[in-house]
Parts: sequence; C-alpha cells; structure tokens
Amino acid sequence: MKILVAVKRAIDYNVKARPKSDGSGVELANVKMSMNPFDEIAVEEAIRIQEAEATTETVAVSIGVKQCQETLRTAMAMGVDRGILVETEEDVQPLAVAQALKAIVDKEQPDLVLLGKQAIDDDSNQVGQMLSALLGWSQGTFACGVELKGNSLVSVRREVDGGIQTLDLKMPAVITSDLRLNEPRYVKLPNIMKAKKKQLDTFTPDELGVDLASRIKVLTVSEPPVREGGVKVEDVNQLIDKLRNQAKVI
Amino acid sequence: MERESMEFDVVIVGGGPSGLAAAIRLKQLAAASNSDVSVCVLEKASEIGGHILSGAVIEPRALEELFPDWKDRGAPLKTPAADDRFLLLSEKRSFRLPTPPQMHNKGNYIASLGNVCRWLAEQAEELEVEVYPGFAAAEVLYDESGAVKGVATGDMGLTADGTQGPSFERGIELHAHQTIFAEGCRGSLTKEVSERFELRVDAEPQVYGIGIKELWEIDSANFVSGQITHTAGWPMKSDTYGGSWMYHFEDNLVSIGFVVGLNYSNPFLSPFEEMQRFKTHPVIRDVLKGGRRISYGARAISAGGFQSIPKLAFPGGMLVGDTAGFLNLPKIKGSHTAMKSGITAAESVYSSLEDCRTKKKEVTDYGNNLKKTWLWEELYRVRNIKPAFHWGLFPAMLYSAVDTYLFRGKAPWTFKHRPDHTSLKLAADCKPIDYPKPDGVLTFDKLSSVFLSNTNHQEGQPVHLTLKDSTVPARVNHQLYAGLEERYCPAGVYEYVQDDDGTRLQINAQNCVHCKTCDIKDPTQNIHWVTPEGGGGPNYPNM
Ligand SMILES: Cc1cc2nc3c(=O)[nH]c(=O)nc-3n(C[C@H](O)[C@H](O)[C@H](O)COP(=O)(O)OP(=O)(O)OC[C@H]3O[C@@H](n4cnc5c(N)ncnc54)[C@H](O)[C@@H]3O)c2cc1C
Ligand code: SF4
Repeated sequence: MKILVAVKRAIDYNVKARPKSDGSGVELANVKMSMNPFDEIAVEEAIRIQEAEATTETVAVSIGVKQCQETLRTAMAMGVDRGILVETEEDVQPLAVAQALKAIVDKEQPDLVLLGKQAIDDDSNQVGQMLSALLGWSQGTFACGVELKGNSLVSVRREVDGGIQTLDLKMPAVITSDLRLNEPRYVKLPNIMKAKKKQLDTFTPDELGVDLASRIKVLTVSEPPVREGGVKVEDVNQLIDKLRNQAKVI
Repeated sequence: MERESMEFDVVIVGGGPSGLAAAIRLKQLAAASNSDVSVCVLEKASEIGGHILSGAVIEPRALEELFPDWKDRGAPLKTPAADDRFLLLSEKRSFRLPTPPQMHNKGNYIASLGNVCRWLAEQAEELEVEVYPGFAAAEVLYDESGAVKGVATGDMGLTADGTQGPSFERGIELHAHQTIFAEGCRGSLTKEVSERFELRVDAEPQVYGIGIKELWEIDSANFVSGQITHTAGWPMKSDTYGGSWMYHFEDNLVSIGFVVGLNYSNPFLSPFEEMQRFKTHPVIRDVLKGGRRISYGARAISAGGFQSIPKLAFPGGMLVGDTAGFLNLPKIKGSHTAMKSGITAAESVYSSLEDCRTKKKEVTDYGNNLKKTWLWEELYRVRNIKPAFHWGLFPAMLYSAVDTYLFRGKAPWTFKHRPDHTSLKLAADCKPIDYPKPDGVLTFDKLSSVFLSNTNHQEGQPVHLTLKDSTVPARVNHQLYAGLEERYCPAGVYEYVQDDDGTRLQINAQNCVHCKTCDIKDPTQNIHWVTPEGGGGPNYPNM
C-alpha cells in the first residue's frame, strides 16, 4: 500500500490577510506561512492508515517555491516517510497543480492520493476533482471518514447537505479531507530532528514534462467594503420609513 | 508519564536577538577550533520573530562583532537613520528640544527587529544550530546537586482542567551542560531561577515600562525615509514617565509607539488609550493621514538599567539580554546590548566547556567578562536618568541634562528603584480619566487592535494567566483599584463581569499578546504568567 498526500504552503490561518497597497495580490512579505490546515488533516489520515497497516509507505508532495521544503519537513515530522517538491516560482493555479500531481502519481504509482478539500488562501476546491479526472480514478471528496476494505476498496463518508453519504471507492482513488475527518497530532520535538534526515527529492516542472503557466489572470485584489455602523430607530414607523425610503427594500 | 529527553551542550531559552547571538557565537567558536558544540534554541512563538516587538532603531555595533560581513549576508537593516527630532508636546503644539546626546542615531538603522531575528535564525541554522520555534520552555529542571540541568517543553493538548485531551502529547526534557535564559523582558523561567538562586539580592528591583506599538503604511507624500521622532510631554501628566517614538523606514512604513512607565500611580490610566489619544496630536495625525494601520502589539520593556542588573550566572545556567535587564533606557535601545550579552555569554561558556561537560558549573567568567565590555560602561553612564523621573517630567529633564552634560553619566551617586506594583494609589484617591472615543480611522478600540496582532491560543487549554488566590481580583483589584487590569492589559484579556454571585474576573486568555504587564503590575503580585501551549500568542509579521 502506498499513499501520496499533497500539501500546500499557505498563509497561516491565524494571520489576517491583507491586500498589497497596489492591489496586485495579497501581501506575503514576512507573513507567516504554514501547511494548509485541510492538508494537515490529509497527512494525519495517511499516517493513521500507516499506523494501522505497517506495510504502508507515505509520501508527501508539494508544488511551489523552495520554502515548501519546510512544509514537507512538517509532514515528515508528523510521520510521513519522504517528500517530493516540484519547485517553481510560478504562481500555480489548480489545473497546474493537478497536472504536476498527475506526473508524480505516474512516477510513484500510489494506491491512494489524499488532499485537503481546498486551500484556505484561494478556496478553489478544485485540485482533487481535477486530479481524479486527469487520472480517470474514483474520487471521494469532503471526506469525514475513511476506512479501508481489503486491498481494493476504500469506504469514504462524505459530508453532504443534510447528512452523511457513504461511498465505496475502487482503488486507486483520490480522497479530499473535510474538517471533521480527524484532529491532526502535535509534532514532537525529536521527530522534527529526525525529519531533517528523511529523503526529500526535488523536481523541476520541465523534468516532469508539465507546463505550470497560469491560465487565469488576477486583475485586482481588494479588501471587502467596510461595514457601516447600524443606527437605532425610535419606533416602528421610523423603521418602515427607513426601509422604504432609505434602504428601498419595501 | 515519563518524558523523552534529548541532550545538548547548550540549550537556549528564547529566540530573540540575545539567544540567537549566543547560539551563533558558540557555533562560530567551535568552527574556528575545529570542534563541535551542540546548541538548541527553543522559541515559544510559532515561528522565529513572531513574538518580537521592538521600535526599532538598531545600533549595529554588536551585529558587526558577530558578522563583520552582515551587509553582504543580507541582514535586513536597510534604512539608515537620518533626521532626528526630539519634541516636547503640549496638547496642540510641539517644541523642538535639543536631542539628548544618548539619542543621537548617526550610523544606526531603522528596521523590524522581528525580521532581524528571522535573518539571525537563518544564519544560526546554516551553522547547524537546532532552532525549534513552537515550543515553550515551561519548566526548569534541576539535578541532584540543585544545579540547573535543562528545561522541559510544555505538554500539548491539555484540557482546561489540566487533564489530557485526545491529542495530548507529553513535553520533552532538554538536558544541557549550560542553559542560557534569553527570554526577554520579565522571563517566566528567569523569575523562577532568580528566586531559587537569589540572583536579585544585591540588585535594585527591576522596573518596567509598557510599549504599545502600531505599524502603519502611510501616504508616500508624508514619508521621510530614516526620520526619527521622539516625544515627551502630552498626553502624559508630568508625574508619569512616558514618551513616544515614530520611525519612518523601508517602503512607506512607520513604526509608531508609546511607552508608559509601569510605576504609574493612577489605576484609571490606560496605556492603550494614551497611545490612541497621542496619535491625535497634529504632529502625528498629519503623518498618518491617508495611511492604514497594518499591525498592532505590545511588550513590556525593562527600565531599571545598571542598578537593577541581577547576578548573571548560577550553577548550570546564565541570563542574557532583556531578561537580565540590559536595556539602555534613555536611548530606548536594548537589541545591541542583548546581542552583546549573548555573545559574551557564549564566549564565556565556550572557554570553560570542558569543565561544564564534567560538572554543572557556574560560569562566573561571564559576569567578569561582561564588565570589561562597552555594554557595562554604556549602562553605567545612564544609570540615573530614569529614576529622576519620579520627580516629574520637568525636574527630571533638568536633571537628565545636568547628569548627561555636566557629569557625563559619572555623577558620584546612583538612584534607587521601587517595584512598579507598589506605586499604585487607591482608586478612591484618584480621578477617573475620560478618554476620547475611537474614530476607527486614526484611533481604534482594543478588540480591533488585538485582531491585528494575529494572536491565538489553541482553544480549551488551561488558562496561562494563573492566579495565586482567585478571590483577590474581585476583593482587592476591583474594590480598591477599580479593576485596573481591564485598563493596563493592552489586549482586553481581563474583564470584570457581573453575575449572580456578584463581580467576577473573566480571563480571555486567547487574546494575550505575551507583553507580561499583568505579571509586573498586579498590585498584590497575584497574577503569575506561565507559558501557554507552544506556538500560542501573537504572530507579528514585522514588528
Ligand atoms: C516597545 C519597545 C521598543 C523598543 N525599541 C527599541 C529600539 O528602537 N532599539 C533597540 O535597540 N531596542 C529597542 N527595544 C528593546 C529591544 O527590543 C530588546 O532589548 C530586545 O528585544 C531584547 O532582546 P532579548 O533577546 O533579550 O529578548 P526578546 O527580544 O524579548 O526575545 C525573547 C524571545 O524569547 C521567547 N521566549 C520567552 N520566554 C520563553 C520561554 N519560556 N520558552 C520559549 N521561548 C521564550 C520570546 O517569545 C521571544 O521571542 C524596544 C523594546 C520595546 C518593548
Ligand atoms: S494578559 Fe498580561 S501578558 Fe497577556 S496581554 Fe494582557 S497584560 Fe499582557
């Protein structure tokens, strides 16, 4: 059994993101970056499967700048066996990520690919689905439960509107994690030291034969409009008057 | 449950300028003599620099000693200090005073100390220092002889009542031949070792200020690269020690802040509100106009100077940086002395490393070596300036001038301090202060401010603001001092609420920005700040 987990280096969830003053994007200079929380959940799930089935190998993949190595080291400190970085300075968009992941899947031939359902920076929620389409594999998205059934089936519980849906997927399969799948573990200090010695391979997009160029152009990034403070009305008549004449909603 | 342990030659608690300088110097010395020394740095912030808040005009003297080629290595000191102004403010006007000689900044740089620390950590890692952000040193460990043998990181995943939650992870013991405490102002473990080894018996009490800082991105029309402004006077009453800084640096950034001496006496005073009010002065308002505030935070600052320096070494450990109080107050600079003390500590440990490896030693050389450096001389000269402010602003300014110009800091006397928590008057004897309401553009409320510090603590953990006696807040602080912690805390952690049982102190610990003011100012010293789960606290980007 082999599991590939995709991890993205994203703005830390504690940081209040702020557009650059020229509106060309989000300010990233000196901003704390860390592993996308949904990916952390995917990593945790992979390690739990590995802990239950000792023969499993787990590999983390990240696509992006050199510093993504740190994200991979975190995955390895959590327990993943080794890491792969597809290094690029390009601003990678979902389709490009899915294509790069497909190239790694072709190389590594995993039985399962685990990803976060989306990254908290761009909220695209596309990579898992695109990857499954590119590979022609089954997909179980928004997973809140994952259970292996023998060597060829995996049962995925999904959070859907109004309840939980359970799917049995044929492996190999792509699974994306939702928030309630598990609670990721704390990284232990000695494991950080050990993770520094684990194998980490780097590829360029060229070596993998993939083109990561952007296909979508960002025109501008701006802050949401500031909410104006409310007013207190004296009585019902005044309320109706304001709704009618000021807000023009009735 | 047993803890795992790891062994190092030297463990350093705190990844600020002092701790990182010590780590780097140790590795440099080992490399120069072709030997090895294992060094580990623990940092409670989730990344290096995340808890660092400073002005900062930086004197590169110590950095130069650490890396003569710091410029080529890309140290983030990019804005040379330029025009330097010292203003005395009245409510509407300002008067330019001659800049006191200690405040001259030629050759200095304006930078974010947090970013300098990030850079120092990269240098340290290249030298193979083990740097571990996200881990707080929560406990000091002692061997059978009573000497410090290392520290333990805090347990992770505890629940509010102290029991183990589902993802509980036991802390780790880090054993070391020497443990260097580099926790910055009012270190929590330093507090413990200071008592245990009686490090303060021959020193005056340490005294403090609280600095509230905001980072603004301003209209380029108002930006004057390298400009330094310090002010005294309004909005402080002349009996309270306080003043401000405003530094223009990098690309249209302005670091602006206000320091209030924690020996203030009126429990109604709010350092946060003073800072907000201060920004409405024309001199400041005009600069910030059209800009936006991008960060906020606060941190205590050690102000005792020379006479408050404790004993620096004890069996198995030593103190460096601001936790030992090496801050030059008239200069409001401590990063150069922090680094210098780290360097000197490293050199002293390294030259007796063999001895340290066989026995937990008190490295007495450290104190002796430090006395021979410029740091000691520098702090000695300015030792009388802050205490003089007990007399009020004007006599103190006069005294500072006499002391500085006439005696050049060599006056044959040294003033005494008294601890900050003893300076409060009863609320009944003081007038409430009526602070203006925030406008949401130039001045803000506390909660929207704390939001910009990016602070967070994992939910459900034990409260890290511990009370020795839980009845004291309602009985003493609320009754006698009108609930002063609501005002001095810059993050809105303390809140008195009324419920069926009467008045109760609610502690919103997740908001804490680790400034340590409560640990200092609580009138009965009932509040004891301990490290929360590692990684908790502010996430300052470039403060
Ligand atoms: C408002 C303000 C303005 C200032 N302006 C200037 C200026 O303009 N120029 C200047 O030179 N200096 C200035 N200083 C002083 C300067 O910032 C300090 O002297 C300097 O930061 C001290 O360095 P340090 O390494 O001793 O401590 P710190 O910089 O405080 O670093 C200590 C580090 O240790 C970590 N830590 C603490 N306890 C633990 C623990 N138990 N476990 C793990 N980690 C821990 C902290 O999170 C922190 O990262 C200013 C200070 C303040 C507060
Ligand atoms: S609780 Fe104490 S340490 Fe935390 S922000 Fe408030 S005063 Fe500072």
